[in-house]
Amino acid sequence: MNWESWSEFFAMGGDGVYVWGSYFVTFACVIGEVLLISNRRRTLDKQYGLIHDSNKKEINNETSS
Amino acid sequence: MAINWFKYSSPASFYSLSGKMIPIFVFLAVVTLIAGLYIGFFVAPTDFQQGEAYRIIFIHVPAAWMSMFLYVVMAFWAGIGLAFNTRLSSMLATAIAPTGAMFTFLALWTGALWGKPMWGTWWVWDARLTSELILLFLYIGFMSLQAAIDDPRRADKAGAIIALVGVVNIPIIYFSVQWWNTLHQGASVSLNQAPAMATTMLTGMLIMVIASWMYSIAVILKRVRVIILERESHTAWVAELRKKEAAR
Repeated sequence: MNWESWSEFFAMGGDGVYVWGSYFVTFACVIGEVLLISNRRRTLDKQYGLIHDSNKKEINNETSS
Repeated sequence: MAINWFKYSSPASFYSLSGKMIPIFVFLAVVTLIAGLYIGFFVAPTDFQQGEAYRIIFIHVPAAWMSMFLYVVMAFWAGIGLAFNTRLSSMLATAIAPTGAMFTFLALWTGALWGKPMWGTWWVWDARLTSELILLFLYIGFMSLQAAIDDPRRADKAGAIIALVGVVNIPIIYFSVQWWNTLHQGASVSLNQAPAMATTMLTGMLIMVIASWMYSIAVILKRVRVIILERESHTAWVAELRKKEAAR
């Protein structure tokens, strides 16, 4: 076990800024990328839902009038 | 029993196959990430020369290796898509680019944060750093070129050209440390000689490399499934899929 205390762990031998700066940006990019993809999927589902509903409305209008 | 190799080259069957595979890769990515980080921070000792800053290696090297490897895989699938006119191959190449660009940026970012304490500078026009920066521009060029062309099939072909032309940059990056011998150190890990690293450090790093592989596969499959749905929305199987989803 390299670290006696949490504060020593975060100090990272004086290089904490660099080490945690690297790890923080890495995990931010990873999480950002995953969110972007699920966001892209959600907008696609919404678009598909809209097209589908408008088609249904057209069909209803044609048959009911 | 003749194996039908082309069964999974159709977007519909690949869509369902990749859907089943993603959870496996997500699980493997999480497990190897936790193991890698644990070894990296709690098992690997302090470096006699670099102190603690060297622990950036556990993301810098996987990111750098992935940036090069993903570009080669992207160029391969773009080439296959160009040669055989298989649109799923080109969709896969399009799906790889953002993840490759992210790893290239991360390699440059973590490298700069490691260079500051060790070399005393964020950036230097070193052969390895410069060719990695060119790799980032190639990724961005690929993505923006494809975004600029409306017709997906034409965008695939244009993207394939950039991807294939850019592949020459990968060996340049890899061998840049030997050819120009500028600031960045040579390969501490290679296939034909013993690694110049302590075992625990090496183990931690290699586990993180596996974690980055598993993560990349999961994310790229997740993205390619969305691209498939986007580009195949006019087909019957997507309509049926939607009906099933709506019924659920």
